Amino acid sequence: MSVNTATVKRVARLARIAVTDDEAAHLEGELNAILGFVEQLNEVDIDGVEPMTSVTEMTMKTRDDVVTDGDRADDIVANAPASQDGFFLVPKVVE
Amino acid sequence: MTDLTSLTIAQARDKLLAKECSALELTDAYLGAIEAANQALNAYVAVTPDRAREMARQSDEKIGAGAARALEGIPLGIKDLFATRGVHTQAGSHILDGFAPRYESTVTQNLWDDGAVMLGKLNMDEFAMGSSNETSHYGPVINPWRAEGDNKALVPGGSSGGSAAAVAAWLCAGATATDTGGSIRQPAAFTGTVGLKPTYGRCSRWGIVAFASSLDQAGPITRDVRDAALMLNSMASVDAKDTTSVDRPVPDYEAAIGRSVRGMTIGVPAEYRMDGMPAEIDTLWQQGIDWLKQAGAQIKPISLPHTRYALPAYYIVAPAEASSNLARYDGVKYGLRVTGSDVTEMYEATRAAGFGAEVKRRVMIGTYVLSAGYYDAYYLRAQKVRTLIKRDFETVFADGVDAILTPATPSAAFGIGDQDMNADPVKMYLNDVFTVTVNMAGLPGIAVPAGLDGNGLPLGLQLIGRPFDEETLFATAYVIEQAAGRFTPEKWW
Repeated sequence: MSVNTATVKRVARLARIAVTDDEAAHLEGELNAILGFVEQLNEVDIDGVEPMTSVTEMTMKTRDDVVTDGDRADDIVANAPASQDGFFLVPKVVE
Repeated sequence: MTDLTSLTIAQARDKLLAKECSALELTDAYLGAIEAANQALNAYVAVTPDRAREMARQSDEKIGAGAARALEGIPLGIKDLFATRGVHTQAGSHILDGFAPRYESTVTQNLWDDGAVMLGKLNMDEFAMGSSNETSHYGPVINPWRAEGDNKALVPGGSSGGSAAAVAAWLCAGATATDTGGSIRQPAAFTGTVGLKPTYGRCSRWGIVAFASSLDQAGPITRDVRDAALMLNSMASVDAKDTTSVDRPVPDYEAAIGRSVRGMTIGVPAEYRMDGMPAEIDTLWQQGIDWLKQAGAQIKPISLPHTRYALPAYYIVAPAEASSNLARYDGVKYGLRVTGSDVTEMYEATRAAGFGAEVKRRVMIGTYVLSAGYYDAYYLRAQKVRTLIKRDFETVFADGVDAILTPATPSAAFGIGDQDMNADPVKMYLNDVFTVTVNMAGLPGIAVPAGLDGNGLPLGLQLIGRPFDEETLFATAYVIEQAAGRFTPEKWW
């Protein structure tokens, strides 16, 4: 399978990365090189093979359902580019 | 004073405990070495001299009180991927501009709890995506090694290029690193250092900037095998904050150093003998086989039939996980924000300006292979292939193989700005052809220096072990180190 410029732009939109026309053309070649490389996986017989979900055999750990952390609003917004009263500020989303 | 920086961690530990030097003297020696070298090598992206001296003073008090801990007063460099409270943590990326976390990663906290001293943060490929340290927002790291009679700048490998270069150039006693497809072992091989990728789940991933969560694992880069064991003793732990941290006690890895390999079975996989591989790599591999044989190990030819599919499967699984993990960089919670007319435009402009070319490529590939209609053809297939890769290893281990010996990399270090590699991303990806299988199967692997090529550049061998059997890797790697000796660059910087 390979991608064309329109697909590159659609994927860039999904990935929320702005690309110029020049960049899209360049990415098209690079992505197709990588997709061409991974094409060889089609040679592998995967009939009846379970997909890997965990590399180590282990049961999912559980913990007691108690509060272990929290009340750290100042820490959480400390690195935000814009915040006010413990909230993250973003451009207006709802008109 | 400068010769303090030539000590291994074990030697420095003994000297500190014997009070032949103070922790502050040792730290000052490293800070001086960094100051003199960093302009040329670009290994550190942030140096923390005040904190380092404060930690060293506390270590001197502990030593004075007879209460020294395992790594008391040992100056370490920390890969920029580890969250360090109040200190530069940007994963080599522009998108984390100015980020100084309010928390500490479990691995670094473990090191500080054992008395280690932080010198600063080490350069790396952006978000650990790269094999040459050229994708860093902070510019490439220069390998302290040069070919004989040649001044050309070489890459230190990647993504832990800053860690490997700093250890090789005596700018820290040891360094933390991370390995998703070979990012500890390949730079170790390129710089004549020892690099260990532990079993998945051995070191907590909590507080490490995520690249591909099912593959990422932290480990040490050090000057010798014993130091790698010493660092893993502290880095490894069971951590409730990481659900993939495995509940298994941490053994004393140093006790495995010097353990006999007599009677062990070492597998040599036919599939790692690649077309076009330099004859020197093949010769080195045979040399490693001979050394282990002389030490009493049995050599067994083995087959790992799905080896050649590991790299293509990796370039589906890793980008898919990366595209998901890197969705958090949106200009809202931390780091860079580029304004836009609405929130979507802000996301798109921020990510366009904040991510470098390699990161964009991988996020795009990951987004594509996970997108509607392609999931089964790419991601699901790759995860099935991954099951087969792991099964290959399980089969040979069940047949009595204790460890597997392979070359670490298909070549020695190459030049900065190598045209072939830069023109074709897949060529760059092939650097990890021998290491990536280990991540796909979650196994431990160690790269140990084994010789020099015809140009006088270091080459490494890799040993791959059973899950949670790092001890066998230390024992076998130590045999190779004893036979090969250690390799250090000639100082030019």
